[in-house]
Amino acid sequence: MAEFRVCPDSGFYFHKSAESLMKVNAVVGIVALLVAGLLALGVVLTRWQEVHWLPADTFYMVLTAHGINALIFWIIFFEMAVLHFASSTLLRCRIATPKWAWAGFFLMLIGAVMNNVAVFSGASSVMMTSYVPMQAEPHFYLGIILFAVGALIQVFVFFGTLVVAQQEKTYDGSVPLVTFGAITAAIIAVFTIASGAIILIPTFLWSIGYVSHIDAEMYRVIWWGLGHSSQQINVAAHISIWYLVAGVLFGARPMSEKVSRFAFLLYIFFLQLASAHHILVDPGISTEWKIFNTSYAMYLAVLASMIHGLTIPGAIEVAQRGKGYTKGLFEWLRKAPWGNPVWSGVAISVVTFGFIGGITGVVMGTEQINLIIHNTIYVPAHFHATVVTGTTLTFMAITYLLIPVLFRRQLFLPWVAKMQPYVFGGGMTILILFMLGAGTMGVSRRHWDMDFAGAAMAFEYPAIAYTLMAVGAIGGVLGVVGGGMFLAVAVGSLLFGKKLEPSAGILESFAGKPLAASVYNIDKPEVLAMAPKLKEEHHKGFEAPGTFILAMLLLVTFVVYYFINWKYLASVWPLG
Amino acid sequence: MSDQKNNDEEERISGWQSLIDNPFLLLFIGVAMPTVFYIVWGIMEIVNVPVAP
Amino acid sequence: MTSFMPPADRNWWKVPVGRQELIWIAIALVWCIIMFLMMPLWHVYGKQNLSTEAYQTTPAKFGAKVEEMIGKYKVGEEAGLPIVAPPVGSDVYMLGRLWQWYPILKLKKNKEYRLHLSSMDWQHGWSLQPDNINLQIVPGYDMVLKITPDKSGEYSVICNEYCGIGHHTMVGKIYVEE
Ligand code: HEM
Ligand SMILES: [Cu+2]
Ligand SMILES: [Cu+2]
Repeated sequence: MAEFRVCPDSGFYFHKSAESLMKVNAVVGIVALLVAGLLALGVVLTRWQEVHWLPADTFYMVLTAHGINALIFWIIFFEMAVLHFASSTLLRCRIATPKWAWAGFFLMLIGAVMNNVAVFSGASSVMMTSYVPMQAEPHFYLGIILFAVGALIQVFVFFGTLVVAQQEKTYDGSVPLVTFGAITAAIIAVFTIASGAIILIPTFLWSIGYVSHIDAEMYRVIWWGLGHSSQQINVAAHISIWYLVAGVLFGARPMSEKVSRFAFLLYIFFLQLASAHHILVDPGISTEWKIFNTSYAMYLAVLASMIHGLTIPGAIEVAQRGKGYTKGLFEWLRKAPWGNPVWSGVAISVVTFGFIGGITGVVMGTEQINLIIHNTIYVPAHFHATVVTGTTLTFMAITYLLIPVLFRRQLFLPWVAKMQPYVFGGGMTILILFMLGAGTMGVSRRHWDMDFAGAAMAFEYPAIAYTLMAVGAIGGVLGVVGGGMFLAVAVGSLLFGKKLEPSAGILESFAGKPLAASVYNIDKPEVLAMAPKLKEEHHKGFEAPGTFILAMLLLVTFVVYYFINWKYLASVWPLG
Repeated sequence: MSDQKNNDEEERISGWQSLIDNPFLLLFIGVAMPTVFYIVWGIMEIVNVPVAP
Repeated sequence: MTSFMPPADRNWWKVPVGRQELIWIAIALVWCIIMFLMMPLWHVYGKQNLSTEAYQTTPAKFGAKVEEMIGKYKVGEEAGLPIVAPPVGSDVYMLGRLWQWYPILKLKKNKEYRLHLSSMDWQHGWSLQPDNINLQIVPGYDMVLKITPDKSGEYSVICNEYCGIGHHTMVGKIYVEE
């Protein structure tokens, strides 16, 4: 029975069951983003002290729900779609055990709903970290556990699909680079979820009275194996997508398969150690443990990111120069399709992730510098640069690519889509930069009232801190508008976008139902051949000089900012 | 002749490439590294905190 | 287009790497090593390093030590909290609980103290302002650090780990005198 279709526009093959799974995971993820985005409005409009919208209890409830829905549900659901795409579609292979994948998906869905019910009932405002001994309701933990088990099942279906592809020889040579990036993400996901299980199952038992005590420090160390590593899944996933977009839009080849794959290998080895970033000012943990882990064993994962930072734009530059955009250092960049939201989204993501997210992350992850940053609003500012303008914006960009390819619908309101990455990226960048500033002034994260109303003793932040938070919040509101634009385009396309396939109806677009049977007319896709060889070319100079300049600019910014922070550290009370 | 050449090529695949082409070996390493250095070492640190006098 | 196709060479590891990438990798690696060395170097030459001295304790045990110190060195009261001026170099205690930092400390400038911190209930964030030193305070652990206040004046300790509805009212004080 023919179970495959080929997308006539992109040439990608879709296996019927895999396609449905990609759709449901992506759509549910986008719903979680919708929830998180609405809640974000409550968060920023409360942290903007002059507005100070929500009362304290609602604020903490909303912040808990914002963190979990955005960071965990939106991103991980979407990542499941990415994994199925990178295995089944890119390798032209049937998905292994689709029934198990569906079971995984439903567990995730039940878990996500259960957790939200717990949070919105008001008695589980414990923040996504749910640090013990503060206790949430049992179904708060149970929801996360079910979600994690479901995700683990889908990850194993991904690994199963790799095995099927290998056995049925659906491709020749090694897996594509994008698939290798997805393998990296999946491996990190396994460790992430295992850490979550190790700590959240006992915590759940504690919440129903079967376990009497959970050590608070033990909880922190193991929980961050979950909390931080899950961010490393995102990094691997969105970098894979950057490579994919470079290939699809520009026809770019990786500058070197060896270098890019080796960089991913460094992620597999070292990236997850960085969970230690959260334990740097905790009691009782040795300096050796902190330095080794926080630095990914000598910053080898940072090295990997710096490599991707060169090779992705570098590959694009080489491809563009090949097309004749050779004037000066940057004609290739100026002539990129800036009106295409797939490109502008990825481009903004690369820049903000590298320049803001990456640099601030390494700086505050330095053992001693963490003393002046831990738990200030600098921390959420940093990770909005990684997980929002980095991962989320990349996922938005790839959604614009997938709506025609996967859902077979034309983009609805293309002019909105065209502006969306700029509005969302711009707004969020303002939020990020100003909250970074406020954090440097000591403004606390997860904090309802900068005025400390009701405190027995007064403390006042300098006036400038209020200004920074206010301007940041205005950026945040703009970011929410940008998020709304994305949702309007995405949901609008699924409902009203012009059908590219006769049967791409509402159900077909939204969820599990594949397209009409006649579309699936391929029994077995052609074997995925190795990329054509290029003529050997000898370059005297650099292949991508413009990119090299940009990379050096990143390095200089990095070095300067890094030492500024040491200087700031040197000004505080000596301690030892 | 050409067979001979192909065989040679296959043989010369480097250890690094075989590692990178083996997702399950990578899965093992990728889980073992943080488990040993982060989790196990971390738990040992906590367990070894002395009791206050 | 090889990012989503298998590499053009079966033996891709053997394909030589371009000069530009090698140079960048070398530069980046040097920078990574510098950043790595900065941390141990700061332990040798820098003055802000978090000690790793810590003890397992209980709220009762830690609370008793706090009270003992207050009994000996109390010099006044403010906003219902005792102000304590312990001798230079001694063991000084501060506890976090819902929702206060207790007691208020009065320290001498440029003198070293052994500061003990712990929580009586949930986790708290010890955030010294405006200096901006931030520590995680975990129940069950007595964290000991040697501090040397090097500027005189009035400092606030705010809580920057979420600790429930009164989190924002958790403000403590440290006075540093000439
Ligand atoms: C749409 C625009 C968004 C705005 C304006 C926004 C704003 C904020 C702000 C101001 C905070 C800090 C609150 C505080 O600590 O007091 C926060 C926290 C957070 N945000 Fe967002 N955010 C947005 C989108 C996202 C997205 C897309 C993600 C994840 C992919 C995300 C993940 C988080 C997380 C994990 C926290 C921390 C919650 C905690 O401390 O437990 N946010 N957000
Ligand atoms: Cu507190
Ligand atoms: Cu608090």
